[in-house]
Amino acid sequence: MAIEIQKVKSFITRYNNEKKALISILQDIQAEYNYLPQEALKFVSESMGIPLIDIIDVATFYRAFSLEPRGKHLVTVCLGTACHVRGGPKILEEFERILSINAGKTTKDGEFTLETVACLGCCAIGPVVVVDGDYHAQTTIRKVNSILKKYRRKEKKNEECQDN
Amino acid sequence: MVTLKINNLEVKAEEGQTILEVAKFYGLEIPTLCYNEGLSPYGGCRLCLVEIGEGPKTKLVSSCTYPAEEGLVVHTDTKRVIEARRMMIELMLSLAPNSKVIQDLASKFGVKQVRFKVRNEECILCGLCVRMCAEQMDGRAIGFQKRGYKRKISTPFDIRSEECRLCGGCIYICPACQLRCQGPDADTAVCNACLNMDPTCLDYYDELQCWMYDAGRCGTCVREKAEEEKAESMK
Amino acid sequence: MKNVKTIKSIKELEKAIESQIQARESEKKSILTVSAGTCGQARGSLKVIKSLENAIKIENLEDKVKVKVTGCHGFCEAEPNIMIHPQNIFYQKVQPSDAEDIAYQTILNNKIIDKLLYSDPISGKTVTKENDIKFYKKQKRILLGDNALIDPTDIMDYLSIGGYGALAAVLSHLTPKDVIDTIKKSGLRGRGGAGFPTGKKWEFTRETLGEPKYIICNADEGDPGAYMDRSLLEGNPHRVLEGMLIGAYAIGAREGYIYVRDEYPLAVKHISIAISQAEKLGLLGKNILGKGFDFQVHISKGAGAFVCGEETALIASIEGKVGVPRQRPPFPAVKGLWKKPTNINNVETWSNIPLIIENGAEWFSEIGTNGSKGTKIFSLVGKINNTGLVEVPMGITLKEIIFDIGGGIPEGKEFKAIQTGGPSGGCLPQEKLDLPVDYESLTEAGSIMGSGGMIVMDENTCMVDVAKYFLNFLRDESCGKCLSCREGTQRMWEIVTDITEGKGKKGDIELLEALAIATRDASLCGLGQTAANPILSTIRYFRDEYKTHIKDKKCPAGVCKELIQYLIIDDNCTGCLACLKVCPQEAISGELKKIHVLDQSKCIKCGACYEACNFEAIKIV
Repeated sequence: MAIEIQKVKSFITRYNNEKKALISILQDIQAEYNYLPQEALKFVSESMGIPLIDIIDVATFYRAFSLEPRGKHLVTVCLGTACHVRGGPKILEEFERILSINAGKTTKDGEFTLETVACLGCCAIGPVVVVDGDYHAQTTIRKVNSILKKYRRKEKKNEECQDN
Repeated sequence: MVTLKINNLEVKAEEGQTILEVAKFYGLEIPTLCYNEGLSPYGGCRLCLVEIGEGPKTKLVSSCTYPAEEGLVVHTDTKRVIEARRMMIELMLSLAPNSKVIQDLASKFGVKQVRFKVRNEECILCGLCVRMCAEQMDGRAIGFQKRGYKRKISTPFDIRSEECRLCGGCIYICPACQLRCQGPDADTAVCNACLNMDPTCLDYYDELQCWMYDAGRCGTCVREKAEEEKAESMK
Repeated sequence: MKNVKTIKSIKELEKAIESQIQARESEKKSILTVSAGTCGQARGSLKVIKSLENAIKIENLEDKVKVKVTGCHGFCEAEPNIMIHPQNIFYQKVQPSDAEDIAYQTILNNKIIDKLLYSDPISGKTVTKENDIKFYKKQKRILLGDNALIDPTDIMDYLSIGGYGALAAVLSHLTPKDVIDTIKKSGLRGRGGAGFPTGKKWEFTRETLGEPKYIICNADEGDPGAYMDRSLLEGNPHRVLEGMLIGAYAIGAREGYIYVRDEYPLAVKHISIAISQAEKLGLLGKNILGKGFDFQVHISKGAGAFVCGEETALIASIEGKVGVPRQRPPFPAVKGLWKKPTNINNVETWSNIPLIIENGAEWFSEIGTNGSKGTKIFSLVGKINNTGLVEVPMGITLKEIIFDIGGGIPEGKEFKAIQTGGPSGGCLPQEKLDLPVDYESLTEAGSIMGSGGMIVMDENTCMVDVAKYFLNFLRDESCGKCLSCREGTQRMWEIVTDITEGKGKKGDIELLEALAIATRDASLCGLGQTAANPILSTIRYFRDEYKTHIKDKKCPAGVCKELIQYLIIDDNCTGCLACLKVCPQEAISGELKKIHVLDQSKCIKCGACYEACNFEAIKIV
């Protein structure tokens, strides 16, 4: 994926080129491109004088970052203890079954990335599933398919609007 | 100068020294693996554990990183230390059963069984190669990646590193690579009971940063990738 | 925030607080507060707010009532909930469609809407006033209570409950040593989990030579199931800032960091707003209140790593590095952030500070027990009727929390265990229900206080599965440096997984115990050192359950897939086709009104049929 060097540069200068802001800079890049492109990381390394190997260490250490492009929609299933006790794993299995991918992977058509998170702090409404920032409370196995359908329909709608 | 006690012996240490450095100076033996005098201490292998403190609130710390403090009470071979040490060796054996260094440690400290599934990963993530590359060779071609049980050592993006100068320092310092059994005909053969005849990378790589490629041996630092690709191609 | 003048002196601040308090007390309108923290929003409280505002407009009640959006109140089970002041009416599970009724009946005509009242899960009786709800009765909500009163995005609202008054008092007549002495006297211990005496910690940092000094607010809250800090940051961010201001003054720090985890976007938003408002008002920045005291606060976001809740890993993360813990000594109080003296405290600890200054150390030390003073907020979640955040005095028993406040276990199921302290804690069984909740008692019993997560488990929770869950969490979240932690958690997970899959063998329990002890003894940081707790506590109290899995290859709780079967109970089956329709493997066959049949060879044990059946005709054996 082509990245705009200027854009990456702006993320670095936003934090006054300070080495301590590495994580924040990576978060900005992740938010912009939905993953951390190799060229962006190499540029950050050269520009800030941080060895590439250290940047990769940080980029792979924290869960927020992905070195692979993420799908259009990010499905995050909460596997916190409260959600686990309320049946979270079965919800995850259902997503894995319907999307034919394991957690941590993206569907072949690039539509959905399935991730898990240790806890979102919404234990009262568990099991919780977040899709593109929308929180779905008290998910059941049966709701999984309709949740996915909702986002697939959004895609179709967007495509239709574009065609028109 | 500070005064502390190791195994009931009163010893003196300079400010900034670690317990291990003091112990070595006095000739007291503490086993180590990820420690190397020429490199910064890491404290990852947990072999150099010693028990500090007195009474009910003692704890185990890695002597290679713990500072020698005034009045510290240290014991190097208590029951707790020995049991922890044995478990560490057992865990290492289950990862790198072919390493003579680890086998020697096992026989020295009486570890006679491995109760875990042997993984044959060779790498115990002691980090000596990373520190060697960064500190002694100024290369920074390899480093740690990921965390927890997925932690590994590799080059950026798992491909040939532009920084690697093929110096071989990583191979030199690696305890799993040292004295690896190379079969009955090799000069440095140890024994022929644990032959590892499977060159890991020959089939899958054209370009390797490792100079061992031609010799057809080792591939520790890129093994994981080869395994993944193998698994992918077999699907 | 309307055009606000910068406050330049203590007198000005005291005046501003006074006038805001007056404004609140003389408020003629009824106030309708709607809880809109992250959970509330997930349940639709923003839509409820919109429809309430509309309904009020339609009924021309704008000069009679105003709507206030607050953070989390703590009674999450009842979200979205609203409270009407001064009548003290509490409505739960409010929907946008209820807005009209609320405006017309309750506001205009003073009529209570019965269907919106909270009803006790056991007795069924409805309750009108918040104070009468059993959930609140045994609580002592000195911290959480204010969440229901203020709009967290309005600094003036914080002043209207006396906010920043403690700061004024400190800067006007207390020396840094006075402040530290007060905190020491109060007996406040760190609420992040370790329970270290806060006053002592501040003293160490103050007495260490070295400039500059830093203070950090640990808002990483990594324990799954714990969300007290989220609620405090979302609902009352200014109190945290006030606590940090007082701490910075006492310790001699000029810069502070709030490290918030990445998964709390609303908390980050509210604390950012709070910081900029405090700066505008002159309460953060240079020469605060003209006392020559400078203090600035920065926000540092986490990036998804549980281990960054550990002090030294957190510091490394703020420095832009990987969250790998460092050797202590040197402790952060001596060599912390950028090797400078640093004091780290948890959100709840900081929140207690203004209250202690305002009400006095004696007041605080009279709450709780001898060794554990004050209150503690717990997140009571899992298999419990009244899910939510509960704030109780230390020393209250587990039984009271679970049954009196929590309302017991739903669906009449049996209590089995309560898990405290997150992945560093343990599971306590029925026999331990009379245990008082304090630092020492919990540690002795094999668990820890931790940050306050309390997960209730019932007869359908498999304790071996719980151990597997925590070990899976720990092996993933371990930083990976120490062999003992990285391989210890991995190998323990492997053995427990084998047990849950029917591959357990003799000697496994003993091996797990030996591994757990080695992991605990040999690891550098708290994560590895407490990784033994989940496995050792479940083995200690539920050894028989492990044995049943290993010897009999059965899972009594009906959870471990390889050891259970889903069966249709012919007597209960009404032939409604519900299970048939949802089975993804088409393993169920049958016709309408005829008993269905489940083909075991096709069953993948997904549980969809069990979920779908309304006649208890599917059994897990």
